[in-house]
Amino acid sequence: MDIQQAKFEYLLRLGDSSLIIGHRLSEWCGHGPILEEDIALINIALDFVGNANSLLTYAAQVEGKNRTADDLAYLRNERDYRNLLLTELPNGDYACTLARQFLYDVYTFYLYEALKNSKDDTIAAIAVKSHKEITYHLRHTTEWIYRLGDGTAESHQRLQTAFNDIWMYVPDLFDMDAVDQLLINEGIAVDLDSIKNSWNKRVNEVILEATLLIPTTAIKQKGSREGKHSEHLGFLLAEMQCIARSYPGATW
Amino acid sequence: MNTKIHTKEEIFNILSEIPDPEIPVINIFDLGILRAVILDDMLCTVLITPTYSGCPAMKVIEDDIKIKLNAIGISNLKVELVYSPAWTTDWLNESAKEKLRIYGIAPPNHSSIDKGLLMGKVRELNCPQCGSLNTNIISQFGSTACKALYRCNNCLEPFDYFKCF
Ligand SMILES: [Zn+2]
Repeated sequence: MDIQQAKFEYLLRLGDSSLIIGHRLSEWCGHGPILEEDIALINIALDFVGNANSLLTYAAQVEGKNRTADDLAYLRNERDYRNLLLTELPNGDYACTLARQFLYDVYTFYLYEALKNSKDDTIAAIAVKSHKEITYHLRHTTEWIYRLGDGTAESHQRLQTAFNDIWMYVPDLFDMDAVDQLLINEGIAVDLDSIKNSWNKRVNEVILEATLLIPTTAIKQKGSREGKHSEHLGFLLAEMQCIARSYPGATW
Repeated sequence: MNTKIHTKEEIFNILSEIPDPEIPVINIFDLGILRAVILDDMLCTVLITPTYSGCPAMKVIEDDIKIKLNAIGISNLKVELVYSPAWTTDWLNESAKEKLRIYGIAPPNHSSIDKGLLMGKVRELNCPQCGSLNTNIISQFGSTACKALYRCNNCLEPFDYFKCF
């Protein structure tokens, strides 16, 4: 594996995660619990899809095989997708969506903050832009974690259950392999060990402040780096890719 | 095709007049979206920068630029998206902010490098309709990515706030 191949792989990991969580959030469009939340989630979804577009456009360019961002988004199968397992989990109830989003927002907050210093100028520029957006996302989800956790007995219980259910996907966030190692040495990628403490600290602080318990689980789900996904991704892709695959080359 | 009859300053000024598709009282120069015009022998390259990563207005702006340039006889052109330096509301000048206020959108009221944001610090904001400071936030996310939704407790009108970014 050379640097170009590693960079393509790394860009897929970043871009696919944004695309898939953006798509998940977009499923709330027209179904939000209140109008303001509906609008907020769709705005956040749009930020992610925009970020995915930037990253996958660059990925296609790095790959140099005349593919476009749309080709990568619509014409790859699930085993070729490199999104984090957390991002593909179903929306569930509103507590599930917010628990998933909160863990992911804290993660991207520190990841993109570090990526601003990437020696790859394009990745650094995309990171500067996205980090500003992520700051708003994190603020929004943090407020909701407090509101639901320290809310009614019902909202408290639902949010606690939501965190408990997704906790097994946390190890996947910080998994690293040869791709990371090669690019860390080049100063392009972020050493995920270096943001793990910040992630733990912030997540624990907010969960405790929200009067919830930090979940514990012996199960450690990993696999996104090799394209090993949960059963949920295939269904998501089927819906997301349906039009593009049914009408090849269609424009709209 | 002849780019020679127009200087890049002329082209820049012409493109500056293009209104923002979402907030037509300010143009793409006021907003800081239009970054530069580069003239080569045969090619006119226009550099623009997105406000937010997923801003759907960028495609419309790109089309508007092409239409405007075609109208003055420039057809060999390229619109390029640049990400660095990242767009910031700090680029909005005073006249643009005043135009926003008159239009009913409260303009960004402090520097984008305010670290209080993440801690949930909310600044006092004047209602663009009646000027009252008795306002509160409804949602950090409004009708477009760049706006938040507020309510005035004095005149009871809701209003958009062009948030600092
Ligand atoms: Zn008022």
